[in-house]
Amino acid sequence: METLRSMMQTLPLLLQAAVATILISLVSLCFAFLIGTAVCAVSFSRSRPLRWLGMAHVHFFRGVPLLVQLLMLYYLLPVLGINMSSLTAAIIAVSFCSSAYMAEILRGGFLGIPPGQLEAAHLLGLSGLQTLVRIQMPQALRLTLPSLVNEVLLVIKASSLVSVVGVAELTRTAQNIAASNYRPLETYFLVGVAYFAINSLLSRLGHLGERRLARAHTS
Amino acid sequence: MKLDLSVLTSHSGEILGGFAVTLETWIAGVIIGSLLGLAIALLQLRGGRWLNRALRTYIEIIRGTPFLVQLFFLYYGGPSIGLDLQPVAAGVLGLSLYGSAYFAEVFRAGFNSVPMGQLEAATCVGLNHWQTVRRVQLPQMLVIIVPSLCNTIIVLSKETAVLSVITVPELTGVLTGIGSLSYAFVQVLMTLCVGYLLLVELTAWFGRWVERKVGRFMIR
Repeated sequence: METLRSMMQTLPLLLQAAVATILISLVSLCFAFLIGTAVCAVSFSRSRPLRWLGMAHVHFFRGVPLLVQLLMLYYLLPVLGINMSSLTAAIIAVSFCSSAYMAEILRGGFLGIPPGQLEAAHLLGLSGLQTLVRIQMPQALRLTLPSLVNEVLLVIKASSLVSVVGVAELTRTAQNIAASNYRPLETYFLVGVAYFAINSLLSRLGHLGERRLARAHTS
Repeated sequence: MKLDLSVLTSHSGEILGGFAVTLETWIAGVIIGSLLGLAIALLQLRGGRWLNRALRTYIEIIRGTPFLVQLFFLYYGGPSIGLDLQPVAAGVLGLSLYGSAYFAEVFRAGFNSVPMGQLEAATCVGLNHWQTVRRVQLPQMLVIIVPSLCNTIIVLSKETAVLSVITVPELTGVLTGIGSLSYAFVQVLMTLCVGYLLLVELTAWFGRWVERKVGRFMIR
């Protein structure tokens, strides 16, 4: 009973922190999608140095653990004379890390479109931009949606690492609560449930979106 | 700005020690995790409704929560239920449990990729369940899953960095420690990047080599 009451007291704090986790993840995901699209575009470019740059981006941000990337931004930017809040640093780090995965997902989507369609679009007199917007993008989105939803879930989980540089999201708040109420087992269990709930909800939404797109495709 | 690398050379012993801890926890996590994962996948092949539901829940819970929270739960929450672990032990246990869910999914996909007709054929020639698993399913699926197995192993190598948060003296922990003592963050973090990139790229390269070697046995 005692445990239950003390856990109930922490709920408002945890809910607030859950909102912070979701916001940090969603903002990072938006930036990651933009950067990832750019990197993906670069990887299809005709210039070899540009392609090489895109590849270096993907290899670096996928090869180094997110925690190390976070620490790099957090410790190295002050050395260069740039001061930013830990929240900004965290969002930048998560965005760049996720952008490498997004770029690879999108690249796979564009490669999955049969080349015959591009030839057909060219024969029908569609311009390059029209082909991209009307033929390639809708299909690439449909093909990559499951992987993109998966990436959203990965980023929600990865955002827990942001706690290490002191951003007050779910994990950090849990640490603070556990330090004050001496109930780490219950607190971390509750936070695990919170992450699980957020992820289940988002994956449900993702499935809904997939079905929508699939239906639009068949009709 | 001139880079003074003497910080690295004067601490080379500690850095190598940290790298060794990274390798040890990683390899231990991969071995224990993959064995657990294989056991889960094998049980899922045979298990009844309730066992399967329990295993599914285990996998979903591990895959639906962050590794860092699992670690905190084990390391800080463990003592209140009598599970008092040293950082390294908690790290290896956490990494193994985390890996086991992902390995189980890889193995399950592998088992499913063996065509149904072969299983029926195995029953027809009189093989029992375990003979079918051992002689028909395992040899084929071990070849098919090499790429996703490597992927999971690489993911685990990067997760070892998170162990530094629960004070495991692995590469990230040791190097950031040196950094905050000497303020040589540039050198220290560059070493970290190079270390992990080497680890990941070498593993990926080795995975592709195994894939090529083992792929010859598959007739497509």
